[in-house]
Amino acid sequence: MGNNSTFSLFLEETGRITVFFARFMSHWFRPRYEFAEFLRQCYIVGYRSLPLVGLTGFIMGLVLTMQLRPSMVDYGVESQIPAIVGIAIVREIGPILTALIFAGKIGSSIGAELGSMKVTEQIDAMEVSGTNPFKYLVVTRVMATTFMLPVLVIMSDFISLYGSYLGVNIKGITSFNLFWNQVFDNLVFSDVFPAFIKTFLFGFTVGIIGCFKGYHSNKGTEGVGSSANSSVVVSSVLIFIIDLLVVQVTDLIG
Amino acid sequence: MITPAPHPVKTAEINPTADVVTVSHLFKSFGANHVLADFNLILHKGESIVVLGKSGSGKSVLIKCIIGLLKPDGGEIRVLDQDIAELNDIEMDALRAKIGFLFQSNALYDSMSVRDNLEFPLRRHWIQVTPGEVDLMVMEALDDVGLKHTVDMMPVELSGGMRKRIALARTLILKPEVILYDEPTTGLDPITSKEIIELMVEIQRKYNTSSLIISHDMNCVRLAGDKVAVLLNGRCRACETYEELQKSKDPEVLQFFQI
Repeated sequence: MGNNSTFSLFLEETGRITVFFARFMSHWFRPRYEFAEFLRQCYIVGYRSLPLVGLTGFIMGLVLTMQLRPSMVDYGVESQIPAIVGIAIVREIGPILTALIFAGKIGSSIGAELGSMKVTEQIDAMEVSGTNPFKYLVVTRVMATTFMLPVLVIMSDFISLYGSYLGVNIKGITSFNLFWNQVFDNLVFSDVFPAFIKTFLFGFTVGIIGCFKGYHSNKGTEGVGSSANSSVVVSSVLIFIIDLLVVQVTDLIG
Repeated sequence: MITPAPHPVKTAEINPTADVVTVSHLFKSFGANHVLADFNLILHKGESIVVLGKSGSGKSVLIKCIIGLLKPDGGEIRVLDQDIAELNDIEMDALRAKIGFLFQSNALYDSMSVRDNLEFPLRRHWIQVTPGEVDLMVMEALDDVGLKHTVDMMPVELSGGMRKRIALARTLILKPEVILYDEPTTGLDPITSKEIIELMVEIQRKYNTSSLIISHDMNCVRLAGDKVAVLLNGRCRACETYEELQKSKDPEVLQFFQI
């Protein structure tokens, strides 16, 4: 009985997200275009996330290199550290870690902001003021997260690799040029392109789930907290699922 | 005094003697809960009607149907001579520019300053005014509510009464012909509440607006309304002056006036 109830709730939620997604698809290309609000959201979700994404990326690159080093030394392939770290960061760790940090920071923020606007009637006030709130609030945020996450991932990858370069030099000496040459010589198109494409999907997921949870927030202030929380949980799980699917598809394509 | 340029979307010419809001046989249900069942009401030009009813009786649903935030299940709503069910999105936005709506929770945008909150409806309704004129309109609306000095403050810095006044100023900035008030005195202390009621009456007098006020605050009912419409069981049970309703023979109506 309990399982049936949970399953039906899951199906109901999936259905509502699908309807929300369809509504987004029917709204995003139609005028009136909220370009100024889109740029403002790009600044908020992109520029303001950069310090956090950069810091976590730097630490990740540094720690990954330091953890990898002993094993690489044991196998006598210490010189391959830049190549291995480069592939790991660009293909998987950079996109997934940045997306998860992004979901935690931006997904929760969107969920809480729209949830708060919903319960305090600000969304209704927008509609009364001649504004389509779905376009103004949802379309702009989803577009901003979709286009800003790839940019953040690229920046995070470079900062991670710089952290790795410092990590390599803690117990050895590798020149800056040699390190970057080793990274880029071992990266091929099939490493970079699928990783880049999936970041758009991750960004879209964070945006659409955050907006969905906030836009359908209820139960007053308790609902706002719940929206923020479930935005992070659902988008994080979906990021892993999308990652799995993209890996399968790119493997099939070869 | 700045008068906004004509709206780019042409709407029907308004007959000055026409009824401003006409609600006919309105039905609205949420599942099995029939909130409005054959509700009828007429608001004339320059008139102020308070809709009185118990909590959860459908008062807010009524004005949300009038402004088009909720879609009625049946019946007809005409605002400024236009049937709102027949309007497309653009026509509805044009009509909304002539209707002010004061939300129960004020609905000020937290992320915007007072100035931006007031400018928002001007910009979104495509009102053709220069930046200098926008500034004058903002200051005039703030002057009407006595809060010119708050123009660059954020909503979070304001008290409950000030927020209500700013929300009223935002409602006034487009010089609406009708103002819909959703529980304007809820959550305010008796003194601030009285100040808001006096402000509403003063604004109605100054701009000759028509007002539909949702309230169960008897002070508001007594002071702000020319007439009182009593909403009971989804219907308008009576619509008369406060004094007439005090002598009503309907016990369910009379109970509101015996507290």
